Amino acid sequence: MKKQDILILYLSNSSLESNVIGWARHYGDKKKIGMPGDNDSPPYEKGIEAIHDGWRLFQSSQLEQHPKGDEYRTGYLKYEFFFEKIK
Amino acid sequence: MKKRKKNNFLLSDNQMAEFVSKGYLIFENIIDNKTNKKFLSEIGHTSTSLNKKNTDQAWLAEHYNEIMKTSKIPLVKAGTPLKKAYKKNSALNDVINNPVLSGAIKSLVGDRPKLDHHFLHITFPSKYYHDANQKISQGNHNDCVIDPREKTFDIQLFYFPTAVEKNMGGTRYIPGSHFRMVNEFAIARYHNIRGQKHVVCPAGTIIIFHHNIWHGAGINNSKKIRYGFKIRLMPTQKQVKLWTNKTYKNNHDEEALYWNRGIEKNSIKEILQKTEPWFEADSGRLDILNRIRLWRHITNDKNFDAAYWLTRIENDYN
Ligand SMILES: [Fe+2]
Repeated sequence: MKKQDILILYLSNSSLESNVIGWARHYGDKKKIGMPGDNDSPPYEKGIEAIHDGWRLFQSSQLEQHPKGDEYRTGYLKYEFFFEKIK
Repeated sequence: MKKRKKNNFLLSDNQMAEFVSKGYLIFENIIDNKTNKKFLSEIGHTSTSLNKKNTDQAWLAEHYNEIMKTSKIPLVKAGTPLKKAYKKNSALNDVINNPVLSGAIKSLVGDRPKLDHHFLHITFPSKYYHDANQKISQGNHNDCVIDPREKTFDIQLFYFPTAVEKNMGGTRYIPGSHFRMVNEFAIARYHNIRGQKHVVCPAGTIIIFHHNIWHGAGINNSKKIRYGFKIRLMPTQKQVKLWTNKTYKNNHDEEALYWNRGIEKNSIKEILQKTEPWFEADSGRLDILNRIRLWRHITNDKNFDAAYWLTRIENDYN
């Protein structure tokens, strides 16, 4: 059975060429586990390197307008990219 | 005389700016060993407790219940003034009256804070758990529901009575995340964030966190129990100039952003503009704006700015 590995990257702006600032790994193989805080250095410096490494991008976040009156409030990481590898 | 001595332990401007900027302050090894030992004995810790051959989970639960039952940590009603929370001569009373810590508390939340809650976190070595869930680190979160307060903040003191070594899975935290308004475990998807830190410290260390800082507990891969005692404090007054009597008449001649001689090292402006490795290009700038706003509030210096960040957007002739 083929299984899906997941890589989630958070980038410093909306371009795939920008720097990785956050990440998570998930594995189709039950014996492997990606955990919070399991690595202090990112798997790639830039988002595009994941593509070069054979990851397939299947979702990325939209750019949203800043709601009036709330323009300066910061919250969730904005530039989220989901990749997969089928193994 | 007494008053002067007390004031020596208030935070400095730079420490306050550091807190505004990063959302935490670390005081390594400020609680003496005698008090640490007293605390451990009051909670019912024995150093031999993990040498028992019985390592199943039932024993763990029993041991945990034993600590909860016999410990001298008092039940304190939410909203109790900190001054009335702990009995004289108890270890916790000694801790909160440590001059460095009480100076920091006063500087951040004033001299009459109320206790929101306290809790003893006990993390056993992961090999003692059979349950797979206990072998996974805790996801990132903040300790609040959506908290809309922009100027008022609570603090959470973390007291570590024993040394926290690298393999003990000390709390992971994200410097500078305290302005980010999120709802608790909604951020658990962020497994790793560039610049994340993990608590590693000598015994007797206190870390003071802003209530909104992103964090999560690690797994204890050592053979020792990890303890962390948390006290959450809320202010009962405006958090303006609680650490100083100074009038802040800042030099408001602003350096231009690019064509300048460089910002003065360790100045308030430099501390407030230091970006975190995880800041996005755009939102990171907003975090700096929010730091400057909070600094204006706590110093009562309404015109303060750094590199014209706020002055620029306030120049509106409507
Ligand atoms: Fe927490």
